[in-house]
Amino acid sequence: MKILSDIAALVTGMWITWKHIFRRPVTIQYPEEKRTPYPRYRARIVLTRDPDGGERCVACQLCSGACPVDCITMQSAEDKDGRRYAEWFRINFSRCIFCGFCAEACPTLAIQMTPDFEICKRDIMDLVYEKEDLLIDGCGKSPDYNYYRHAGIGVTQPRGSGAEEKPPVDVRGLLP
Amino acid sequence: MIYDPIDIALLLGKIALVFFVILTLAAYLVFAERKVLAWIQDRKGPNRVGPFGLLQPLADLIKLLTKEDFRPIGADKWLFYLAPAMAAIPAIMIFAIVPFGAPLTLFGHTVQLQVSDLNVGLLLFMALSSVAVYGVALGGWASNSKYALLGSIRGLAQLISYELSMGLSLVPVVMLARSFRLSDIVNAQAGCWFIVYQPLAFMIFLISIAAECKRIPFDLPEAEGELVAGFHTEYSGMRFGLFFVGEYINIIVLGGLATTFFLGGWHGPFLPPAVWFSAKVLAFAFLFIWVRGTLPRLRYDQLMHFGWKILTPLALVNILVTGWWLVLRG
Repeated sequence: MKILSDIAALVTGMWITWKHIFRRPVTIQYPEEKRTPYPRYRARIVLTRDPDGGERCVACQLCSGACPVDCITMQSAEDKDGRRYAEWFRINFSRCIFCGFCAEACPTLAIQMTPDFEICKRDIMDLVYEKEDLLIDGCGKSPDYNYYRHAGIGVTQPRGSGAEEKPPVDVRGLLP
Repeated sequence: MIYDPIDIALLLGKIALVFFVILTLAAYLVFAERKVLAWIQDRKGPNRVGPFGLLQPLADLIKLLTKEDFRPIGADKWLFYLAPAMAAIPAIMIFAIVPFGAPLTLFGHTVQLQVSDLNVGLLLFMALSSVAVYGVALGGWASNSKYALLGSIRGLAQLISYELSMGLSLVPVVMLARSFRLSDIVNAQAGCWFIVYQPLAFMIFLISIAAECKRIPFDLPEAEGELVAGFHTEYSGMRFGLFFVGEYINIIVLGGLATTFFLGGWHGPFLPPAVWFSAKVLAFAFLFIWVRGTLPRLRYDQLMHFGWKILTPLALVNILVTGWWLVLRG
């Protein structure tokens, strides 16, 4: 009997909704209760420093190139010792889509995503973050990493004293 | 008939009471609907305005009153302005014939707790419920919008499908009570509610009133998701509010009528009659909200098919069986 199975289906549906009336709501009452985002949640972008306190960013433009919405711009400059840095660095968070491509592209792990998702502003121009807004005093998610210990030959330490580097070979000593 | 000033004052008092209660209840029914639907969907519902969100209807009212009163280009001005009233007023008028409590004695006068005890009350209900659909039809026609027009066409098609079975499902009630007067129908159920004798007629009436107040399995004239908002797509502000509140008044009124016809009206043990009546009406309102949270919308042709090929023949057979039974019982 099709009609009996139809009625049974109706009653089953009504019973399910009846049970759900007494179930705890899954709602999180946002401004009062907040859920803790996971550590790898992608929200506000920061620029980190290496363990020695120097800026990690070498202004290579890779994040800017990876950005699908073109919200990152910077101007590179060079110190007297040859260490590159960003003269100014700007992220327009009103355009940012928080895809995390910039953090993936970064060769020095300078640009990183944080779980801080509450960056609403009254004025849209306040969402344009300059370098001083972005730079934090910390290493972010990679506490021990210092780019110049692995590369950047001869910039912060003499040649041959990097982490995976052998001392330079004296080419003349190799002569037969 | 002698017009005693106290009688007139009592009558006006009853009208004011009915208006106040119905309109307040309709506003809070909107709130209750949002709450219950939210619970069904594991949400919390409106809870920001006032304690537990209880002032939400007030906030909604302020919002509706301060919105722009918009009329589309090419709309038929007078019909466009008339339609919301046509939807809301018949709904309130039907309540005039519903007895909502046992007769009281005040100042030496017997007061029927019913605005008007017409001897053709049931027929007046049928007439007014047909008038109510004019609001839908005119609103959709006058809006000069294709969605609104489609909604009102569906409303009319729906009307001819359910109105017949609704009328036929009430015939056994009249046969049992031997009267069109609603107070007689209620008194005939003092011993045993008609739902016991007429479960089939009750089911047909229930389905028909769900279609009558355009609730979810039969909300074809509105059909948000298909027709934007159906017949009231182009309405804004308090005109939309009138359509909206009219729909909820309809729920209360039709719940009241279903109570009167099948659930013994205000009859019930222990509690005061008015309390019994409101409890039954609110149970109907809850049932409609619950059904809305459960069932999907029927298709236009499914409703017509269901109305004409199932409900109407069933109602006719039910009338015949009731007649035989009444004759055999003598």
